[in-house]
Amino acid sequence: MTSDNKLTNAQIAWRAAQDIEDGAYVNLGIGFPEMVAQYQPPGRQAVFHTENGILDFGEAPAEGEEDWDLINAGKKAVTLNPGAAFFHHADSFAMVRGGHLDVAILGAYQIAQNGDLANWRIGSRGVPAVGGAMDLVHGAKRVAVITDHTTKNGDPKLVERCTFPLTGVGCVTRVYTSLAVLDIENSRFVLREKLPAISMEDLQALTGAELVLEGPVEELRVPDL
Amino acid sequence: MDKTIASLSAAISDIGDGATIMIGGFGGAGAPIELIHALAERRIGDLTIINNNAGNGRIGIAALIDAGLVRKMVCSFPRSSDPRAFTESYLAGDIELELIPQGTLAERIRAGGAGIPAFYTPTAYGTELAEGKPVEEFDGRPYVRERWLKADFALIKAETGDTHGNLTYRKAARNFGPLMCAAAQTTVVQASTIVEPGGIDPEHVITPGIFVDRLVEVTNPQQEEALIRAGATFP
Repeated sequence: MTSDNKLTNAQIAWRAAQDIEDGAYVNLGIGFPEMVAQYQPPGRQAVFHTENGILDFGEAPAEGEEDWDLINAGKKAVTLNPGAAFFHHADSFAMVRGGHLDVAILGAYQIAQNGDLANWRIGSRGVPAVGGAMDLVHGAKRVAVITDHTTKNGDPKLVERCTFPLTGVGCVTRVYTSLAVLDIENSRFVLREKLPAISMEDLQALTGAELVLEGPVEELRVPDL
Repeated sequence: MDKTIASLSAAISDIGDGATIMIGGFGGAGAPIELIHALAERRIGDLTIINNNAGNGRIGIAALIDAGLVRKMVCSFPRSSDPRAFTESYLAGDIELELIPQGTLAERIRAGGAGIPAFYTPTAYGTELAEGKPVEEFDGRPYVRERWLKADFALIKAETGDTHGNLTYRKAARNFGPLMCAAAQTTVVQASTIVEPGGIDPEHVITPGIFVDRLVEVTNPQQEEALIRAGATFP
């Protein structure tokens, strides 16, 4: 546990990884979500998809061993696991949109209680870039978000309605934050787990929408990483 | 039948001002650097370029933009490790951007090559990238109508080609290649090796030669990412 009583990104990624079934086909968003791959529970092996055209890629190669024709969607060099496959972009997004992926895990600027996600653009300035996020959120059987519970300024990221441009409508079903695990059900945030160190009142104060209690709230317990 | 052309410049000699050009590649993987640089040397302008990205560093598509040859960029992710060329042109209002979700971009190109003028996708529904596009419900879910995407030319990097135009690709450099080959009026391919017909096992052909018009052999092609890391510039 970190000193300021919230999970590190690695710990959030670890918690999300515990829900991925053995043999699941999984797409991890660029950046922080890529960490999820490191924390698969022993005995479980997911198959990772990268939308530029590889199934079952492995860890990064050693420095100096990179092959720049063998990269992931974040343009980082990867390796292949035995049984890997290459395919073109239309096949890759057929896997996505066609409902063949079990899980997509993405980052977020905002998540609304109705499952709307905003994660591609903060305002109307600068150069917009979307990549595959809008396809992923409407394709995978389960779309989860991993995120700090609030912004760096302390503003809630879990909100009643997104104010940033949307990536997808009603698409997120589970949110793993630095403080809690929540399911989105019937347009509400249902609290499933929270850090023992934070009170319900404090957690609610850091959340921009009502936290619904439905059944027991488990303790969110994550190893030191 | 022999679709081989002796030189890069001859292979693209009929690309003119105002052309719409699909360029293969995702990041540096599959970027046909030699063909792009041959195009840059022709100094034709007002181009519309279709690619997943919008150039990196001072080479390839970024060099076309730096030279002021590109009027419009059609892409999903105009960012890279060094996106100066596009960013500066875009913020100065010198270049148009049509931003398309990556899977929609791929499917629009596929549809263009497959003779399908429009299709419906759940992607981008309810977002600003679907504004103004027709929406229809199928089995209770809303879908956005998207149109095919075609081009005058496609510039593609392959690993091995035969003289009939059958192609294989190298690893994740395949990305948009097979789709773009089919969606362009004229498809120009640079291949690391060109072999006689029969030199590629038919079971291993990824792009059938019917989608390819011209091939140029470029042995030991440059790799965009490696060039970027070396700080290369063009010209």
